[in-house]
Amino acid sequence: MTRVVRKFTRSVPVWRPRVVPVKLDEASAAQLEALQVTPSNTKVSDYVLTLAHDVESLKVRSPLFNAIMYDPGGLSRSERELGALAASMVNHCIYCAAVHADRHAKLEKSTEVTDALFLNGAEAELGPRDRAIFDFALKLSKAPPEIGAADMQALRDAGLDDTEILDLILSAALFGWANRLMHVLGDPVVETD
Amino acid sequence: MSTATKISGVGSGAALEARAKVMEMTQAAEDSVLRPNETGAFPHDLRAAIAARVARLNGDETLADHYAAHAGAMAPLADPSADGSAQGLAEVLHFVDKVAAQTASVSAGDVDDLRAAGVSDPDIVRLSELNAFLAYQVRLIAGLRLLAGDSA
Repeated sequence: MTRVVRKFTRSVPVWRPRVVPVKLDEASAAQLEALQVTPSNTKVSDYVLTLAHDVESLKVRSPLFNAIMYDPGGLSRSERELGALAASMVNHCIYCAAVHADRHAKLEKSTEVTDALFLNGAEAELGPRDRAIFDFALKLSKAPPEIGAADMQALRDAGLDDTEILDLILSAALFGWANRLMHVLGDPVVETD
Repeated sequence: MSTATKISGVGSGAALEARAKVMEMTQAAEDSVLRPNETGAFPHDLRAAIAARVARLNGDETLADHYAAHAGAMAPLADPSADGSAQGLAEVLHFVDKVAAQTASVSAGDVDDLRAAGVSDPDIVRLSELNAFLAYQVRLIAGLRLLAGDSA
């Protein structure tokens, strides 16, 4: 039996698609290329197999995702994860929030920030720099976005430079995208006894 | 010039230079969801109308006008008050609006409703990708405007 996870957690659930993913043995040449399936690499997640229904988008999305979250310079890795987490909390993407809270905790070697956010929500007590980053990403993630000059000033007051701010905009905005795939096209589930 | 730099009016600066590759890939992503070779149930003019509609739901009239110019006969659907029933797209547009603006409350039932209306699984993924990309682009543009000190 499985149970759908409804509360934020750092334990990464299983993602169960709501549509039927592409079957690897029925995939087209273009799909196999986008999936980067080779004889030595045949492990593809249900999530990626689901997105393979739109192969043109999948092909450009993966390198863009990696560039925004991992390219060197600018905002630290863990602060990009905090931007991703804020978006995922606004959009209630349990799966995304779990993955990126877990990454944040591992990068920081501390669960303090993500424990506080999951316990107390957006009102959690955070350090001034994390507070400015989280609030900006949270307001940017609302629909319509609610950011204003005061939120930008808060980032500058917290010491972020232009490249760091652009990286925060990109990581939060990217999860506006990722959340609308993960949270819409599947359920976060755990096995139950 | 990319849509994000054109619409935001922010085309230069050290930050954009540092992330030039990301901006290029963002434009490639736009091409893949607005003007794909494999369109499924959503031809280019309908995709442009949906993009304009999502931009409008997010309060970005400049971006909405940019996309609406490519919507052809589908242009009326760029107005969020159009429910799409005249075009047989009521369920599709209901889903678009909910995913765009009430994301947190989307549930399995919304996907089931779309399937019941005859939308195929590949088309549900295509529609979600288009919508999801727009969520990103709208927010990138909103951020770029603020970064440049233009809070309009």
